[in-house]
Formats: sequence, structure tokens, C-alpha cells
Amino acid sequence: MNRLIQKSAQKNAKKIVVSVLFGALLSATAMADTVLIRNATVHTMGSQGTLENSDILVSGETIKEIGLKLIAPEGARVIEANGRPVTPGLFAGISAIGLEEVSAVGESVDTENSMPAMYPEFDVSLAFNPNSSLVPIARVEGHTFTALGADSGGSIIAGQGRVVALDGGYESFHGGSVLYINLGRGTSDLTGGSRAVQWLLLNQAVEETVRPPARGEDALLTRAGRQALERYATGGTVIFGVNRASDILQVLRFAEARDINPVIMGGIEAWMVAEELAAAGAPVILDPLRNLPGNFDTLGARLDNAALLTAAGVTVAFSAAESHNARKLRQQAGNAVSYGMPHDAALAALTINPARIFDVARTFGSLQAGKRADLVLWSGDPLEVTTLADLVIVNGKVDSMVSRQTLLRDRYLPENPDMPRAYIKP
Amino acid sequence: MIKTLSLTLLASGLLLSGLAGAEPFPSTYEPLPSSPTLITNATILTGDGQRLEGASLLMTGGVIAFVGEGDIPDDAETIDAKGRWVTPGLIDVHSHLGVYPSPNVAAHSDGNEMTNPVTAAVWAEHSVWPQDPGFATALAGGITSLQVLPGSANLIGGRAVTLKNVYATSYQQMKFPGAPHGLKMACGENPKRVYGSQGKAPGTRMGNVAGYRAEWIAAQKYLDDWATYEEKIADGDDDATPPARDLKLDTLAAVLEGEILVHMHCYRADEMMTILDMAEEFDYQVTAFHHAVEAYKIADELAEANVCGALWADWWGFKMEAYDGIQENIAIVDRPEGSCAIVHSDSSEGIQRLNQEAAKAMVRGQHVGMDITEEHAITWVTQNAARSLGILEQTGTLTPGKMADVVLWNGNPFSVYAKADLVFVDGALVFDRSDPAVQPESDFTLGQLLEVSQ
Repeated sequence: MNRLIQKSAQKNAKKIVVSVLFGALLSATAMADTVLIRNATVHTMGSQGTLENSDILVSGETIKEIGLKLIAPEGARVIEANGRPVTPGLFAGISAIGLEEVSAVGESVDTENSMPAMYPEFDVSLAFNPNSSLVPIARVEGHTFTALGADSGGSIIAGQGRVVALDGGYESFHGGSVLYINLGRGTSDLTGGSRAVQWLLLNQAVEETVRPPARGEDALLTRAGRQALERYATGGTVIFGVNRASDILQVLRFAEARDINPVIMGGIEAWMVAEELAAAGAPVILDPLRNLPGNFDTLGARLDNAALLTAAGVTVAFSAAESHNARKLRQQAGNAVSYGMPHDAALAALTINPARIFDVARTFGSLQAGKRADLVLWSGDPLEVTTLADLVIVNGKVDSMVSRQTLLRDRYLPENPDMPRAYIKP
Repeated sequence: MIKTLSLTLLASGLLLSGLAGAEPFPSTYEPLPSSPTLITNATILTGDGQRLEGASLLMTGGVIAFVGEGDIPDDAETIDAKGRWVTPGLIDVHSHLGVYPSPNVAAHSDGNEMTNPVTAAVWAEHSVWPQDPGFATALAGGITSLQVLPGSANLIGGRAVTLKNVYATSYQQMKFPGAPHGLKMACGENPKRVYGSQGKAPGTRMGNVAGYRAEWIAAQKYLDDWATYEEKIADGDDDATPPARDLKLDTLAAVLEGEILVHMHCYRADEMMTILDMAEEFDYQVTAFHHAVEAYKIADELAEANVCGALWADWWGFKMEAYDGIQENIAIVDRPEGSCAIVHSDSSEGIQRLNQEAAKAMVRGQHVGMDITEEHAITWVTQNAARSLGILEQTGTLTPGKMADVVLWNGNPFSVYAKADLVFVDGALVFDRSDPAVQPESDFTLGQLLEVSQ
């Protein structure tokens, strides 16, 4: 430990500063342990449901066992949960974590292709940077996986993305890729001012995958683009960013005709067509706090959107398209519960539902022996604003719970240091 | 120098108020009808740091009659609040409701007069669309007063207005009676980006500071010119010509007089220190730094200078000057003696759950060992907010005699599951969660999405 910090901590007799600093030191060494969590309320989000007074044994990168009164292997780190909840590591939404550092600093953002043409072959995961400060900032709050999103720059076909684990790995991708297409008011400027043109262009693009344009004939797609889009038009998953009820129905018709698995993103008026969504098996990824008519596509915005969709049998997942503040998702889920969504369903919308939507449920979203060990021990109800993540395990490793923000905090918590804070390196 | 200056200011203060005559665009707010209401058996957070259990509160004649015990009129309606909590009406010091309303169409985008870096002449109230549906959703979140500001494109953006959160056909009918105007100013990236990108000043942070200082010099001269004129008149010079009246300088001079409160958008700690020196140079008070994601780096200095920090619980990273945001910002700003921490929203979503924002800030402080109680944390969205808007004598705490701006919550407001059951403004019930008839709806949302058969 830095001598200066020791001195400053002692001088101020701030118990908390000492404990915060020692905590950081200890945890830096606590990696790849065998860990036994005892007496937890385990929300498995799988077939076992919620288990009271259960133990979880983690060894290597996997969950070894979930059960009652498990024996701690020699050398295992034992953590007493005292009934506190354990959940799977949470989804961080469709985000730009690892794709953007500072939103308004253009050179630090890789989420969109602004070339004014359709490039379904554009894949943001090639730009993923696991060393971004956003990765630990989301992870220490219990978010262990995200779906990398592509934004519409020059085209309604934004591009491809995929799920990445927030475990710091360069190649921590899981599941297949998905394609993002944005429709309606938000992108009508890209299609001559009318959303009707969007369908004309999408249909033409899909036709090009079936019948490539002859040399010299007008084409929307490059050859790579045709190949990329063809994968989606033969049973792939496409995330449609769309809010208005009538546009959602158009998506369902288009997807059915083109053999696409549609997922609705945004879906502010999805509750109005909940039955049709349920019948089509189309999930909705939404922000449950959207209750204002931000534009004429969202006049039906209401706080019980998630509750109504869940009641109708639609699979719901939460995303606020927030990268820096992905940690707000728990609060958003809590508010959805406040407006009628069952607590279990809200938790599912942060865990198993997004894992299923992105076809990574074998790895993420539930707790079960043999699965990847991504889990969180919470100080209380995981959807409550006053609850914090007490312990995060990612791929079997106990997280240090250190982020750039906790380090800034610990630099500025001590009062009246003798030397400039530049010398406080917690 | 400072002494001379303040003498001049004192003299011209009299003059300025004479010059302005009756206040233009005056408040025509009238409290809605109310009847005596007694709330019993509640957990009451008074807004000034106290907490009472199983307690009563009486509202009569639009004001708080008592908290605790007192005489109860025969005609008082009694609400048994067992298990429920009472707080003062929440106050958001940073809102753009009305000036950036929903729907957010260009035709309604009236919050930023981005045509000049100094637009001290404009008043946000002249942009307020009273039919913004966001006022209703904010009311459902317990907001009873709010300050609506111009945006942050300009060094000096214009006057902010404090409103009572009641629906009316004109903003004058919402205008908080007796509240001073605010002046929106902005540091940092926004002004230098907006004007620098057009090849105009300011294009840098040093350009920003030169820009503010030039305006304060002009405002001082304006005050001096009026003082000189007034002296001539006093000396019997009936031919003296008054200085030409200037709306921009009226506003800036009123800041130097202490009649308008400065609310400054400023993120970085070093820039806030520059601004505090500038305020010293021109002898005015910065009332609050807004957004201030680096306020935790200068918490002691802010308390020392008597400046509030109006802050988010967790926003960060959307631009470079927001890169160092931490979730303990509010708690650390709150820590020194004499501090003034405020939780603000700057968002039509955030204003609906300012209590949850305060809860997040509270728990982050507790987590690093600070002893922050709920009765203290509520001051961040009530008492301290009222103080920064210059309306603490009228609202912000449940003190007898103050406006009965009161929220009855269905439980602990520091929970994500808490909802406002009843909201009172000046003792009048303006929101009742259980009764759609007592839930206001804007003209805009009325009649949307009609089906054939209703």
C-alpha cells in the first residue's frame, strides 16, 4: 500500500477508507477461487425456480452444485449470504459497452456506419474493446453480459452485433450475430421522408439475396451485404427498432413472409398489439420507464407496457440503450414491478429472457450445475434502488469490485490529505 | 474597491427597481380550492431533517397548520396514513418541461436560443408550453414546484422561471408567486462547441471566460450609468437623459444586485473554481452549479462559498466533461458543514422519480460509511432545492405557515416501489392515484388513440 494513503487514512481515522482500500487489495488476489456461497435465496431463473437457504459451489469457471448444506472443499472461500439473494449475472441491455468511451467524443465511438448505403455486413463486434472503462463499471453492478448494438447511421439496416461477456476477454463473444434494422419516425429521414419507403427498400434488399442484380443493374447491397442479409432471411434473428403499433404489425408481416425471427426493440406501443406479438412468438426488448409521447410514434407510451405484454404471453427483456448507465436497468425493472409486472418476470427480463432472445441461454441467464459461473450476491431485493451488488462472480472469478469510478471515489474520500490527490492511488 | 462597488450597487438597486416598474408577465397563480385536511398515523419527513413516526399533519387555508399536534377544525377531512409516509412536495431545480416538451418535435423545441452566445435578454417562461404532458407525469411523482431553465448552448442562456406544478392555460397562472428569476449560465463544452464550430467566439474555455467577463463589465457600466442619471435627477437636472434600456443588461444588472439567482451548468471542478473567482471579481453570488459531476472534487470549496451542487445520482460519460462522474458525488458534496446538495433531473423521466434518484445517492453514501438518514436525504429534493430557488420561506419544508405542498406516499419514498398516493399543492388535492378524476391530463394527450367504440 502506498505510504501516503496509509498516513492519510490513519490521520483521519476513517474506518471506511481503510476498509475500502484493504478490500481492494484483498480482492485483487482473490481470483479463480473455489467459492462456496452459503444460505442464499437463489433465483435460479431456471427449472429449479427460487431456492431458499441454498448453497452454491463455484469451482473453476463453472457452477459445480446448487443445493442444501453443501460441504466446502478444502481451501474454498466461504461466503455467508444470510439469506441474501443470488441471481445470475444480469444482462446490460443492448448497449455500446466496449464500443464507445465518451458518447460526444466521436473518435471514441464505433457504433454506427454513416456511409449512406445499406451495409448489413457491417458488424460492430469487430470494434469491441474489453479494456474500456465501461466494462468494469457495468460489471461491478452485477451486469455480466450485453448485446452489442449497432446504430443507424446511413441506413435503416444498422448492422450486426452479438452478445459479449463483460469478463475482460478479447474474444468473449457468445451466440450468433443478430441484425439491427431501425424503422419508423427515427429513420424516415434516411428513406426519403416516408416510412413507407422503408418497406420498399427492405423488400428490394431481400430480393437481391434471392436474385442478385445483374452487372450494371441498380443494387442496394454489395456482394458481402447480400451474403450477410441472406443469413437473416433464412431463419436468422433480426432486431427491429420500432415503436408504433401499426409499424410493429408491418414488421410481423414482413418477418413471416421472409422467414425471419423478429424481435421488437423499443416497442413503446407494443402493448396495443400484444396478442399479435404473442401469436408470432416475437419478443419485445423495451425500456419500462417510457411513458411520455416523445413523438407521434409513441402516443401510446405507458408504464405498464411490460406488465401488459407479460400478461399476454410475450417474452419481455429490458434495455434502455444506455451504455454508461446500464446499471440503471435494475431500477427500471423495479419500476415495471411497481406498475404490475410480476417480480419474477421482471427478473427474467434481466436474465433468462434476453439470454434466450440472443440464443445464449446455455451460457447466461440462469443458475444451474454445470453452467458458466456468472452470478451476483445482492445486499437485498435485486430490483430495489437501495440494494447493491455485494459480490460478483464472472466466469468463476470473484470480481475485484474495482472500477475507474470506485478508484476516483477512493481518491477523493479522504479529507484534507497532505499531498495533492494525484498521489492517492487506491 | 469592493466597498465602493457595493455602495454603487446599493444606490442603483433602488433605481433599477424604479426603472423596471411593475414586474412584467406577473404571476397570476391562484391556489385551487381546498378544504381542511388532516393526515394521521404517518411517518413524516419534514424536509428540514426531522422524522416523526405515527404523526399527524393538518392543512388549512392552503397552508401547513401543524405537524405533530394542534387544534383540529370540525370540518377537517381525516386521512388515515397508517404505513404510509409524508414528505414536502418535491422540487426539481433543473427541468426543461414546457420548453423541450413532449412530443419533442422541432416546432416545440424552444429551450435554446442558439443564435448568440449571450442571450440574457430571453426568458424561459416565454417558451413554456403549458400543455406539456410531462407536467402531469411529474406530478404523479410528487413534484409540486420546478424551475424551468433555458438550455446550455450559451454562456448566458437567459432567465429561468419557477413554476407551481399545476395545469393552466398560461404559464403566468403557473408562475410561483414571489419566486425570483434564475439566470442560466453554462461552462465548458457546450458554448464553445456551438459557437466555435461556426467560427465564432467562444471557441475555447478561455474564450468562454472572456465572454462572461465582458458581459459583467457591461452590466457594471449599465448600473453606473443609471446611478449617474439618478444623481443628476436628484441634483435637480430635469434635462438629464436616462440610459437606453437594454433587456440583456437589465437581467445581468439584476444578478449583480442579487435579485436574480445564478444557476450555472458546470461539470469540471477546475472550471467551477474559475467561476467562483469570477463571481468574486464582479461581486455576485453563484447560487448553484448544476450537473457538476466533478463537484465531489471541491466539496469543501463549494460549502465555503455557499454554493449548492444540483446533481444527478449516476449520469456520466456522455461527454468528456462528464467522464469523471461517480455515484458518491451527492453524498460527498453533502458532507461538509454548511453544504447544499440537491438532486436534480434535467429529464422528463428523472423528474418523475426524484425520490428514487435521492435514494440511490443516499445508499452510495451509506456504503462508504457516511451516516445519511432518510430524513436527511429528503432535504436534497425539498429544503435545499427550495433554498436554491429562493422559495424556502414559502415551501420546501413542512413548517407551519408555509404553503401546504405535500405528498402522501404509499410507503417509504426511498423505495423503487413507492408511489405518490396523494399530492397537495397549496392544500388543494391535485393528484389522487386512486381516482382518475383527480389526475390532470394535458390537452395534447386528450383524445389520442381513440377506438371506434369507447
